[in-house]
Amino acid sequence: MKNTDLSKKQSNTLTEARINEELRALESTWSDKPGIIGWLSTTDHKRVGFRMVFTAFCFFTFGGILAGLMRLQLSLPGNNFLGPDMYNQIFTTHGSTMMFLFAVPVMEGMGIYFVPLMIGTRTLAFPRLNILGYYTYLFGGLLLFFGLLLNIGPDAGWFAYVPLSGPEYGIGKRVDLWSQMVSLTEISALIASTNIIVTVMKLRAPGMSLNRIPLFVWSEVITAVMVIFAMPAVMIASSLLSMDRLTNVSTHFFNQAEGGDPIMWQHLFWFFGHPEVYIIFIPATGMVSMIITTFSRRKTFGYTALVLTMVATAFIGFGVWVHHMFVTPLPQLGQSIFTASSMLIVVPNGVQIFCWLATLWLGRWNLKTPLIFILGFFGVFVMGGLTGVMLASLPLDTQLHDTYFVVAHFHYVLIGGAVFPLFGAVYYWFPKFCGRLLNEAAGIAHCILFFIGFELVFFPMHILGLIGMPRRVYTYLPETGWGDLNMLASIGAAVMVVATLIFFINAVYSWFWGKVAAANPWGADTLEWSLPSPIPQYAFQYQPVVQGRHALWEQTADSPVVTGLHINNREVVSTSIHDAVPDHRYGVQGPSIMPFVVSVITGAMFIGFMFTPWSLPLGMIALFFGFLGWFWSNSVEHRPPYAPLEDNPVYDDPADYKPVEAAV
Amino acid sequence: MTRVSSQLKAASLLASACVFFFSCGHGNQSAVEPTGLQAEHLSFLWWIFLAITAAVYVVVMVILVAAFFRTQRAAAGDEADLSPDPSREKRASSVVKAAVAVTVLTMFALMLVSFRTGRALDTLSQAQTPLEIKVTGQQWWWQIEYKDPTPSNMVTTANEIHIPIGRPIKLELVSHDVIHSFWAPNFHGKKDLIPNYPTTLFFRADEPGVYWGQCAEFCGFEHAKMRFMVVAEPQEDFERWYAASQQPAPEPVTDSQKFGRDIFLKSVCTQCHTIQGTPANGRVGPNLTHVGGKPYIASGSLPNDRENLAKWITDPQAIKPGIRMPMNTYSPEELNALVDYIQSLK
Repeated sequence: MKNTDLSKKQSNTLTEARINEELRALESTWSDKPGIIGWLSTTDHKRVGFRMVFTAFCFFTFGGILAGLMRLQLSLPGNNFLGPDMYNQIFTTHGSTMMFLFAVPVMEGMGIYFVPLMIGTRTLAFPRLNILGYYTYLFGGLLLFFGLLLNIGPDAGWFAYVPLSGPEYGIGKRVDLWSQMVSLTEISALIASTNIIVTVMKLRAPGMSLNRIPLFVWSEVITAVMVIFAMPAVMIASSLLSMDRLTNVSTHFFNQAEGGDPIMWQHLFWFFGHPEVYIIFIPATGMVSMIITTFSRRKTFGYTALVLTMVATAFIGFGVWVHHMFVTPLPQLGQSIFTASSMLIVVPNGVQIFCWLATLWLGRWNLKTPLIFILGFFGVFVMGGLTGVMLASLPLDTQLHDTYFVVAHFHYVLIGGAVFPLFGAVYYWFPKFCGRLLNEAAGIAHCILFFIGFELVFFPMHILGLIGMPRRVYTYLPETGWGDLNMLASIGAAVMVVATLIFFINAVYSWFWGKVAAANPWGADTLEWSLPSPIPQYAFQYQPVVQGRHALWEQTADSPVVTGLHINNREVVSTSIHDAVPDHRYGVQGPSIMPFVVSVITGAMFIGFMFTPWSLPLGMIALFFGFLGWFWSNSVEHRPPYAPLEDNPVYDDPADYKPVEAAV
Repeated sequence: MTRVSSQLKAASLLASACVFFFSCGHGNQSAVEPTGLQAEHLSFLWWIFLAITAAVYVVVMVILVAAFFRTQRAAAGDEADLSPDPSREKRASSVVKAAVAVTVLTMFALMLVSFRTGRALDTLSQAQTPLEIKVTGQQWWWQIEYKDPTPSNMVTTANEIHIPIGRPIKLELVSHDVIHSFWAPNFHGKKDLIPNYPTTLFFRADEPGVYWGQCAEFCGFEHAKMRFMVVAEPQEDFERWYAASQQPAPEPVTDSQKFGRDIFLKSVCTQCHTIQGTPANGRVGPNLTHVGGKPYIASGSLPNDRENLAKWITDPQAIKPGIRMPMNTYSPEELNALVDYIQSLK
């Protein structure tokens, strides 16, 4: 390890040869299998995480192209560019892509990549499960676009309200593609979430007690808990819908003529759908906290408050879903309660904003692209939050609901609240991906153009909603007077496209020819910056011991490290939940092709279920053998602890650190 | 617009910028140019929310800009401040706490205003003798039925609601296919029409005029072209219209009109459409008894003139792709006569 204080210090007393031997052993222990099999079977969270982020950005691009097509269609009244059939498929695919295939997976991908590094470990708790999650996500996404490209894309909206999406009105296999895509991507989300929760609870570096966990890691854990409560609701809903739609099964869960209930769909969908927004937003707040702390060169103001507000948001987020149903015939009193809860959620979000402003106000700014994106985040997201307050009001919502005002609102919240921080995070962490920095000047141009384009597209939509333009219309009459503002929005979309192109060009250019980055180019505080860029597969030569909330800022030259982990086994230290006291050595499995096989079977089973119920028992039998193969190769060889290095200089203060015993 | 709301407009620069946009003559399908009791309450609520949230936005942005100008700059290598000045931290902490308190109070106030408006919206539902109209949302048009104890006095029409000003209106909203949403923003907020969940909406028009509304819940192919017109008129005008609408269709006068009627009655048209006073009594499509007098066809998406009628009859799928009306093939003479007949149905 070239760049850390640790290795410098060790080199004083250890021979180079010994270190090199250890590193070589670690490298071969943690490396993937060679070739295409190695690519398919990797258990390296960094590769999987990056693949997830990359795939999500591909879907972001496709979703963005669809948005561009919609803006083209709507730029003129009575335009004939897209007919209603194509337009409906496109807006459904756009919404589904951005929610299911971009926003959630990209946040999961960033978590999969950075959470283990930030908590100072080498792997996720369940590395094979991790790659299974990626493939189910990929298959779900491909399924959706397969439908669109064959002109049989889903056309009932990303919310797929019954009866329109039911067997009677949803023709062909269109909605089935949507519901199976949902099931597959939610399996992926659940897998990522369990993995992140267990990893953070059990694999933190010694000394990283709960009150020292970096805020981004907190945000990923809290999000993961939300996923575990929210996603089952939509998976159940989409499964019930598939059964309603499948000939020979033809259940009547949502069929009002047979005692089913279309409003039940809305409850199930929005019980997932609203928390979904926070599932996207909370990781972004984690990114905002990281960037603001690093770039205002001071400790985070109100760390505890920031953690608690994320928890509060996650909790209240489950109690607001009915505000999506304010114009359905539900009892007035019940709806009023949801007005109150929807307004209540402003309070924790307000606390977050105030704490960030305080950190900025009290700090010294290193004004680089990541921070500039965060300034953009404030400008956009705060307005989205405030229009959210308007929508929380039941009476006011009856006017604004399902109009372009809402379209404006949630793009302010999602692009402002998630995409701006995400871009900031990409500029921030890009050196960790490839060892090079993104170009600053292009980054600033990207940010400013994206901001201007965004405001041009979405600010006029507030007004369009107030003057009567409903959502999801493929065209409008010239008499409505909506033409000018729509044209303005379409011009803005072109500006956003240019801004995004600048980003892509910058990313590709900098990946190969950008400025080479040091290990910690921003002077940041979290553990991933102690690693060389790009990061070796074993990540940490020695897992660190954390001595404060801002690990690297509080690290001293004689900070202890973890020893005793076997270098010929994939081992990490497992620590206690609260105080992160070393508990035992935890061995994880190496790469296996079986997760890929299982994901193919799972995909085939779900796709088959669009046509025949027999796919379920057959798929289950196949899955049995798939898992058999998986677990057959699951065992980890237990070896005695690796002999601690003689005269290891890092044991300066043994009281700080209890050596790890083999307790597996 | 109420006087109070004008004052609020003046209070906020942003608000007046918006007013500029709204006053550009989009008034007949607008939530902020109310012409009924409920919409007026809602519009008032909107301006209150706008003024307060705009003020909050401005404050946050001012703080951010001030922070930009007053903070020092630093480089990545500069040592991070891990033990900042405690007195500054304490002051900042007090400010944050105060801001949170203000947020809580503001939210509480907005919630109370909101609940108050909610109650005010309800007042009309106590009205003794509202005009009762049944509105059925269908893919993709609106059936309008004026209720009357005597069945022969009932009026059935499509996509066009005539109402007397000043009198409470009670809409019974029903759907038998998919979910639609009734929205005439100048009068009231929207209400979803969910199969099996009949619901009602009370409103009142205070100024005469022609207003527009349209379906606000995505309902399939032609969701965009599912518009309706609300004609608010003085009581006597309404009564005149109502009496005329109760009449059966006028008998054709010219030869061409007569020929057109024969074509109509002989073709598939009758399976879906009703023309009172003729054997045509289909219930699938809009009632055509007085279609000739309507300004628009195709659910408010096509001006009602000869050319459009002919296009609509021969190839409705070109105008509203996906609707249930099939293409019809007629010779030019037949089509001409059919259009003559339909235009005579005033």
